[in-house]
Amino acid sequence: MIRVNQRDMDFREGMTVKNLLEDLKYSFPNLIVRINGEYIPRESYEKTVIKDNDDISIIHPIAGG
Amino acid sequence: MDTTDRKDSVAKIKEAHRLLKRYEYTPQKIQRGYTNKTLYINISDNTIKSKDVPEEIKDKFTGGKGLGLWYLWNSVTKDTKWDDPENEIIISPGPVGGITQYPGAGKSLVVSLSPTTGSVMDSNVGGHFGPLMKFSGWDALEIQGKAKEDIIIYIDGNKGIVEIYEVPIGPVNSHILAEEVTEFFAESEEEKRNISVISAGEAAEHTLFGVLNFSFYDRRKKVQRLKQAGRGGIGTVFRNKKIKAIAVKYNGVKGDSNNPADIDTIRKLGLKLHKEIKEHDKDQCRMREIGTAHLVEIMDDYDLLPVHNFKYGSHEEAYKIDSKVLAKKVVQGSPDGCWHGCSMSCAKAVQDYELKTGPYKGHKVVVDGPEYETVAGVGSNCGIFDPDYIIECNFYCDTYGIDTISFGTTMAFLMECYENNILNKEITGGIELNFGNKDAAMEVLHQMAKGTGFGKIAGLGVRRIKNLLIEKYGADPKFLNDIGMEVKGLEYSQYVSKESLAQQGGYALANKGPQHDEAWLIFMDMVNNQIPTFEDKAEALHYFPIFRTWFGLNGLCKLPWNDIEPPDNHLTDEPAKVPEHVENYVQLFNSVTGKNIDKEEMILQSERVYNFQRVFNLKMGFGTREHDIPPYRSMGPVTEEEYLSRQERYDKQLKELVGVNPEKMSTAEKIEALREYKYKQYDKLVDAVYKRRGWNKNGIPTVELMKKLGMDFPEVIKLIEEHSSE
Ligand code: SF4
Repeated sequence: MIRVNQRDMDFREGMTVKNLLEDLKYSFPNLIVRINGEYIPRESYEKTVIKDNDDISIIHPIAGG
Repeated sequence: MDTTDRKDSVAKIKEAHRLLKRYEYTPQKIQRGYTNKTLYINISDNTIKSKDVPEEIKDKFTGGKGLGLWYLWNSVTKDTKWDDPENEIIISPGPVGGITQYPGAGKSLVVSLSPTTGSVMDSNVGGHFGPLMKFSGWDALEIQGKAKEDIIIYIDGNKGIVEIYEVPIGPVNSHILAEEVTEFFAESEEEKRNISVISAGEAAEHTLFGVLNFSFYDRRKKVQRLKQAGRGGIGTVFRNKKIKAIAVKYNGVKGDSNNPADIDTIRKLGLKLHKEIKEHDKDQCRMREIGTAHLVEIMDDYDLLPVHNFKYGSHEEAYKIDSKVLAKKVVQGSPDGCWHGCSMSCAKAVQDYELKTGPYKGHKVVVDGPEYETVAGVGSNCGIFDPDYIIECNFYCDTYGIDTISFGTTMAFLMECYENNILNKEITGGIELNFGNKDAAMEVLHQMAKGTGFGKIAGLGVRRIKNLLIEKYGADPKFLNDIGMEVKGLEYSQYVSKESLAQQGGYALANKGPQHDEAWLIFMDMVNNQIPTFEDKAEALHYFPIFRTWFGLNGLCKLPWNDIEPPDNHLTDEPAKVPEHVENYVQLFNSVTGKNIDKEEMILQSERVYNFQRVFNLKMGFGTREHDIPPYRSMGPVTEEEYLSRQERYDKQLKELVGVNPEKMSTAEKIEALREYKYKQYDKLVDAVYKRRGWNKNGIPTVELMKKLGMDFPEVIKLIEEHSSE
């Protein structure tokens, strides 16, 4: 089990940030991804592997219109 | 129309026109963003005069929409209707409007009483009119009265002349009229770029959701391009007043025309943002490439793209109308800004589009857009996934003077009514209005322009159509009120808000009606889960609508605020606010006006106007809690097919949020249980928002709040006291 934006999600062995974003269909271009508080730059999405129990936040920094 | 035809037509107009009134003035020199003068025109008796803009009013209302609201407040009573001569149309760009160094600084704000809501409406629009008007010596243009015959109002900012002409002949539709009016007043080809024209169109006369087209001359394409003040039917007011066009000519726009206090700082801020846009736009929102249409596929991915009258949030055919398809249709390689210096350049045009229908069939035209709202409104929401239809519909809506958002939402509603046998061929005059029937939708649009057939009904907008179907055809009021996507009489803009309670509030609590320009909180709420409590949501529904109001006080475009972000925005405490850009705006305001505001004062400037507008609604008989309730379609599934389409999601909500076991329930029972829960949640949200905003439980700003904001005008206090004791 992993946490994504404070919601539980199933964990899949070997899953990367890129896979997670694809699963969620998070296609918004400017995302702010943090795993256990650590910022993950966009160029590392493909190679960053998610571990079981990771706490992930994926912020879409847009509001107001 | 080719150039010779146009010249002939203009020659005829020149012969037939008659000068009704000429007024001469000495254009005021702009001082730090303000001319301190307003041009008042009464077209009933052709009074033209100059009014001072007192310091106190600038302090309280800043400019733009603020100034518009103040003038309108003083012109109407609680009984004034949109088509009374007392109603006004006020246009004002605000103090920052007209600078050319910082992107997005050429907007005009238009204020009037709305035909669809009956209350006060504001609409924000690009094009060159506002800045050229200011450089001609006017902070605002205030038009009251009603002309007897069609008129054109002309402002020559270099000569210091205002003229009213009676123009009994000639076209009304904008794509021709804007060209001819330009031709009429330009003394040379070169001068055309100094002219901006406001016009509406035939459908603005026969529907309640007419738009105003504000033009800017495109030197490359040699045409007047059109931007729309779209919401709430101000184009209908314009044509009801028998105004055909308003034109301004001003030659000599320079970088310092706005005469700011500190141009170096403005330049510095502008350069920084230009660089940011140049380096990062291609990886962020691609505004330069395709404009707001990039949102089509994003909204589809997040289940937020309205489909079939907001029933669903995505569709398997959405790819046919997404930005990749549209990018091939619009002119490439020439990013366009709707005012000088806007490097964000989101204005797009389809060139040489050959029309397939209507009175201009076979003509090759330039079509501005399409913007996201248009693609979603006239396209996916009506189940139409044909880019050419969207472009054609966009063109005719613009030239006929119709709001694409209200057209889309109304048409989608009509289609759902047709599919549910509430409407039938007898009522539609034989038109089969099923979802996806683009020919039918187009036919209704042409009827709207002529004011014939079913177009007369369709042009009334969702609220009045609902009433008509209930009263005349015995339709079920509950169903129609559930699926009719309007609040306060204004049709919804194009986002599905079912899974975001904060956005349900963002829409239904908005002062003018459900337009997303007050608050777009869907990602913050539904996706990021950043505002989980009622208090968090209330805070967002306080801050963002108030913050957003500020753009409209200053003649600014919202897009360069958060559709481009500094690369280190993620390191800030509140990335959703884009703090660096907020700081830019504070400095921009100070550098133009010479004042010394900070972030807090910026919010106060907006809060004053925002609350004043709420009280204005109260004055017009609205502005209380009962007018802030959304239709259920914006909150959850109304029909069984809608529930079943996302059954897993809704069943989960019943289990986890409502605390019932869906396994033993019928779909109808599940819908009812979810509905009861969602309306209760909404009620709690409204309580929290009113409290945060300093309003009473009925949604009325308190006397203390208005005193604190310095907006305690006697009439305001009297109104609040009368309503609070009820
Ligand atoms: S971002 Fe687009 S709409 Fe805004 S001012 Fe620039 S060109 Fe106009």
